[in-house]
Amino acid sequence: MQRYSIFSLARNALSGHRNWPQAWRSPVPRQEYDVIIIGGGGHGLATAYYLAAEHGVTNVAVLEKGWIGGGNTGRNTSIIRSNYLWDESAAIYEKSLKLYENLTSVLNFNIMLSQRGVMNLAHNEHDLKEMSRRVRAIRGNGVDSEILTPAQIKQLVPALNTSKSRRYPILGASLQRRGGIARHDAVAWGYARGADAFGVDIIQNCDVIGIRRKGGKVSEVETTSGAIKAKKVGVAVAGHASVLAEMAGFRLPVDSHPLQAMVSEPLKPILDCVVMSNTVHVYVSQSDKGELVIGAGIDAFNSYAQRGSWRVIESQMSALVELFPIFSRVRLMRTWGGIVDICPDASPILSKTPVEGLYFNCGWGTGGFKATPGSGWAFAHTIAKDEPHPINSPFSLDRFISGALINEHGAAAVAH
Amino acid sequence: MDGATYRVLDGCRINKDKPLDFWFNGEKFTGYAGDTLASALLAYGAFPVGRGLKYHRPRGIYTAGSEEPNALIQLETGGRTQPNLRATQVELYGNLIATSVNAWPSINFDLWRVNDWLSPLLPAGFYYKTFMGGGVATGRWWRLFESSIRRAAGFGKAPSAPDPDRYERMNAHCDVLVIGAGPAGLAAAAAAVKMGCRVILADEQAQIGGDLLADDREINGAPALDWVGATLKTLSKAPDVRVLNRTTVAGLYDDNFVIAVESVGDRNGPPAPSQLPRLRMWRIRARQIVLATGAHERPYVFPNNDVPGVLLGHAIRHYAGGYGVVPGRRVLLGTTNDSAYRTARMLSEAGLGVTLADSREAPPPSLVEAVTRVGVTVEVGFAISAVRGSRRVCGAEISRILRDGAVASAPRSMEADLVGVSGGWNPALHLASHRGAKPVWNETQACFVPSNLTALGIHAAGAVTGVGALADCLDQGHAAGRAASKAAGKIRRTRKPVIEGDDVADPVPLQKIWAVDNRQPGGKRGKAFVDLQNDVTTRDIALAAQENYRSVEHLKRYTTLGMGTDQGKTSNVIGLALMGQQTALEPEAMGVTTFRPPYTPIPFGALVGRDQGELFDPVRETPMFDWHVANGAIFENVQLWKRAYAYLKPGETLEQAVKREVLAVRNGVGIMDASTLGKIDLKGPDIVKLLNMVYTNRWDTLKVGSARYGLMCREDGMIFDDGVTARLGKDHYVMTTTSGNAAIVLAWLEEWLQTEWPDMQVFATSITEAYATTTVAGPTARDLMSSLDSDIDWSNDAFPHMTVRTGKVMGVPARVFRVSFSGETSYEINLPARYGMALWEALVVRGAIPFGTEALHVLRAEKGFILVGQETDGTVTPFDVGMGWAVSKKKDFIGKRSYARKDTARQDRKHLVGLLPVNKSTVLPEGGQIVDDADQEAPMAMLGHVTSSYWSPMLNSGFALALLKNGRNRSGDTIHILSLDGNADEARVVDPVFYDKERARMRG
Repeated sequence: MQRYSIFSLARNALSGHRNWPQAWRSPVPRQEYDVIIIGGGGHGLATAYYLAAEHGVTNVAVLEKGWIGGGNTGRNTSIIRSNYLWDESAAIYEKSLKLYENLTSVLNFNIMLSQRGVMNLAHNEHDLKEMSRRVRAIRGNGVDSEILTPAQIKQLVPALNTSKSRRYPILGASLQRRGGIARHDAVAWGYARGADAFGVDIIQNCDVIGIRRKGGKVSEVETTSGAIKAKKVGVAVAGHASVLAEMAGFRLPVDSHPLQAMVSEPLKPILDCVVMSNTVHVYVSQSDKGELVIGAGIDAFNSYAQRGSWRVIESQMSALVELFPIFSRVRLMRTWGGIVDICPDASPILSKTPVEGLYFNCGWGTGGFKATPGSGWAFAHTIAKDEPHPINSPFSLDRFISGALINEHGAAAVAH
Repeated sequence: MDGATYRVLDGCRINKDKPLDFWFNGEKFTGYAGDTLASALLAYGAFPVGRGLKYHRPRGIYTAGSEEPNALIQLETGGRTQPNLRATQVELYGNLIATSVNAWPSINFDLWRVNDWLSPLLPAGFYYKTFMGGGVATGRWWRLFESSIRRAAGFGKAPSAPDPDRYERMNAHCDVLVIGAGPAGLAAAAAAVKMGCRVILADEQAQIGGDLLADDREINGAPALDWVGATLKTLSKAPDVRVLNRTTVAGLYDDNFVIAVESVGDRNGPPAPSQLPRLRMWRIRARQIVLATGAHERPYVFPNNDVPGVLLGHAIRHYAGGYGVVPGRRVLLGTTNDSAYRTARMLSEAGLGVTLADSREAPPPSLVEAVTRVGVTVEVGFAISAVRGSRRVCGAEISRILRDGAVASAPRSMEADLVGVSGGWNPALHLASHRGAKPVWNETQACFVPSNLTALGIHAAGAVTGVGALADCLDQGHAAGRAASKAAGKIRRTRKPVIEGDDVADPVPLQKIWAVDNRQPGGKRGKAFVDLQNDVTTRDIALAAQENYRSVEHLKRYTTLGMGTDQGKTSNVIGLALMGQQTALEPEAMGVTTFRPPYTPIPFGALVGRDQGELFDPVRETPMFDWHVANGAIFENVQLWKRAYAYLKPGETLEQAVKREVLAVRNGVGIMDASTLGKIDLKGPDIVKLLNMVYTNRWDTLKVGSARYGLMCREDGMIFDDGVTARLGKDHYVMTTTSGNAAIVLAWLEEWLQTEWPDMQVFATSITEAYATTTVAGPTARDLMSSLDSDIDWSNDAFPHMTVRTGKVMGVPARVFRVSFSGETSYEINLPARYGMALWEALVVRGAIPFGTEALHVLRAEKGFILVGQETDGTVTPFDVGMGWAVSKKKDFIGKRSYARKDTARQDRKHLVGLLPVNKSTVLPEGGQIVDDADQEAPMAMLGHVTSSYWSPMLNSGFALALLKNGRNRSGDTIHILSLDGNADEARVVDPVFYDKERARMRG
């Protein structure tokens, strides 16, 4: 792998940048792999990377239906945080954030992690109580979190309307300073390049149409480019996990919904941290390009079509302008939708399955991007060792039988 | 600024009798009514109006419409400022103020231009490869560069004050919505009207006519604008036709739900006349849609193609024909197709020197002859291979060209100060893309056209289908109008009208040229821009290919091609075709990125309409609200409700008020406005069946006149609501819910009734607002009630705890529940809402002390009563809170199965306990995490949390309720509650009932 640096950039400038190697190869698939990862999004690529980097498993293929990073990895609002209420969640999201903090350097690919802070607003008595509980639990887990007064909020985000006479006045906020945003595509590309350097085959435009089993054990993956044998198969296909599970003959407790996000036209810097409000129901940050990146709740209906309804966009715009009246004349540039898989407890599944050698990573709902490194790391462990790491064992499928649910419905920073 | 010397023609769109002064970058200009800001500026020449995003090179106006990549401006100032508007779409008004964006310190001297000279170090995606130093985990370098990158990017500025303007939303329905009012759209609208349809015709331009406004076309042998006028007249006479000009259809959604934005007050400049909104958002449901959105011209790419004075060829014709403006004297037109010949003829006839370089070896002889006759020099087989100049075009080169765009000869230098380029047409299929319709490649026209639209209820017509001839547009328009009408169910025999275009020549197909590869000796080198807004060059695309960012989406994301405010309207197809050349794939195999709503950007305000400020969410007030306001109440928001939190007497603190209110209830009588409690009226023979399923306890034995408390759980067995349900008659019950869950519980009942148990005969109706509810609580509550004129026997024998009575109170029909959340003798009196205030005031006059929600919470916590949402959070079972007595073992109910699950059946789950702080004066922090060892390292073993914590005037101590792991078995233990400052409070685990454990008071 040719290392990226200011020096290699300068050296390549001399040859007109004509000698850069491919960031990853596009090989023809082999007939058999030790591990096949289905889904070339951030989670799948990270899994392949950590299989190779941490467990020495390099005879790996990542099969991607379209182009890598094209699912929810390329459609999210790129927010990263680990301020989760429950211990199990805090552990995995904090693991993820810690990996993020080193990722640029580890992958030698600038993922543009910007730890500009994630602020959650409180607008009523109930919010304040929730915030108090949450911040205390988060700190007990060793994760940074603090409580801000309205004056401190105004100082950090002058564009917010902190007037007491609003319909839902801002009474306080919690802040995770280590939270922030990252360049989502770069996360996928960085992992792809890193995995490729270990010899992992990244196969794009390769749609999986069947998962073959022999005696309760996974044996082969049928694809649009032919059948490929595999000893183990890891599935990380957000939005379509239940479709893949059906191919393997079992059902998952997930619901698939459209979730929309949107950006404004690029503006000069106006917002320096991520602002989220559950009660007024919107979240917003400003990308390095200057776009306001905005999101809120899911569309209530089930769908696999990557588009949502207008009503949802209108209501989150109302929420945004209610919080930031000076944004009223800013213009909405682009909206899009992705499909999120949501579990009954709004927590993910990172688990072995009823089929031997088949593993599932799904159900991240609206919050998968922030979990990418941690999820890939834990999933790689689960596949390599055929047993979950303590960090993801609470997220096994059997919790839906035992009842040991990790209820994070309130924890999505906005009610999804 | 002196001299609009480039206004050389008349222009059908402007009114020269109405000059308008305006300001651009601090200088004064003059244009005319009917001008756009772009046309008025071009009358002064093609000077720089903006700067590129990355290299900050000077940029001029490039197009004449919504596809403009360059001319982004900041309009007006202060609260009315509007960033990033396209000058090509801003209608001129008097005293308009506009400034360039993204130039620092000024448009003429931009320090960020340094990026242009540093560009060898800044190839596509350079930022992924550097700024990584500064040591592991610190990201110091990146932080430094990020702030600099942020400042350099970003175009315009957000307003600095709230928006003073108003926006409106309108809903509309129609049989046929025609999008685009050019020849095809007009013909379609006319046809649909003839078929008897309700029609809406929308067009983004101020004037109707589309491309016909740019030209001296003829229809039926007369000027085309006559036909436009006549058609508009027909439409205006028809019933149920709405013509919306200045209206951009911005998004198509499933089932032909359509978003369109109409510019209303905006057109005359701010402030909008007070009676008018600035913009109007149309939400249209159309049975069928005619897509007549036309096409955008695309250029071909050559070195230095971004210099001001290089425009799309068609834009030059638009400015000449529509506005009389030609921003140059010596014009070089480069084309790959027939469309530039009209432009050449028009300019030459106006007396300008025109050279037309047609890349094709054999253009139509009739066209060549026609323009040669009027003095145009035609260079056959040549293409523009470079432009000279930096702030302004000062010359160009043309070269003989091969099929793939490679240059086959040494360049010829050309004199030129205005360059027009025509590389073909891209159908404006964005809206079809919103519906998920995949575009297909049309090789003849070398463009993507929409496909498979009919199944979506969309009919395409005109240039959007790839056709170029006027006659074809008119024909298709008419046919699409008829087809749409039929599909909308309007079938009527009509005669096809005669509409004939004036096309003369047999067209010769265009030549596919994407970029002129100028590698001949002596050829001018320079950046060749594919995406002018995001500064993406041909080299960037080659680099993306080389590094394997080859799918169209990777290309877009790696190079930022097409990610600008124009969504790549002039650049996408060229970019993907160039990528295809690099990777030996035809455009068809490359495919296109998906276009997303909105078609052009929409101010947030237009989406919001009036749903902001006071109208952001409705405020729900109880019938006694005004009394609360007048008597010192402070309020809390509970969902949409305003609830009185406490009543502050003059000089009283909140703590004092709450204490006074609590003591009033414990020692005398207090009243509370409980009108917000959800009330659901249940009728039908199967209510008991329903109640047995939705509540955990049994309902078979409830007698008429009795009430029972119930816990409602989800399928997972976790509590989600509680309340008292009373039986009013044989088949008539009334259920109460928590204030916040009223609507959710009703929806829950309906969901089960409609989807799982449709056989159950139960009607559930929300009656929350129909009643005003006053809680009368305290040891003297009975005395107070007895003092009122009523036919109800208030004695404990006649009206014991957990019963309900109907009768008259103060002459008004009342339902009275004997229930208690405070632990005292308590009546909930429900009167028709309009009598609520009268009762309230009567009770106050008789000495009852009003108390708010906070006092109630103290009272109920002293009794150990849970508050759903505070003691519960969706993870708490009835057993966890010590209410196993309310869970029946003898019947099925929602959630029951879950109690058999291993984890849910655990005996050491978190249990509800009471806490008494060791230091009595402490009020423990709500949300405080409980640990055994306060000195352990994080992550700590947290055992639960404080759910409610108050000062108890009765105990004269702080006290709390908490959920504590295995708490029921830890009575008497001392635990620690972490505080945010790193310290911890000690507390003792006790029974959660702190007061009147025997429940004698509320039963008495």
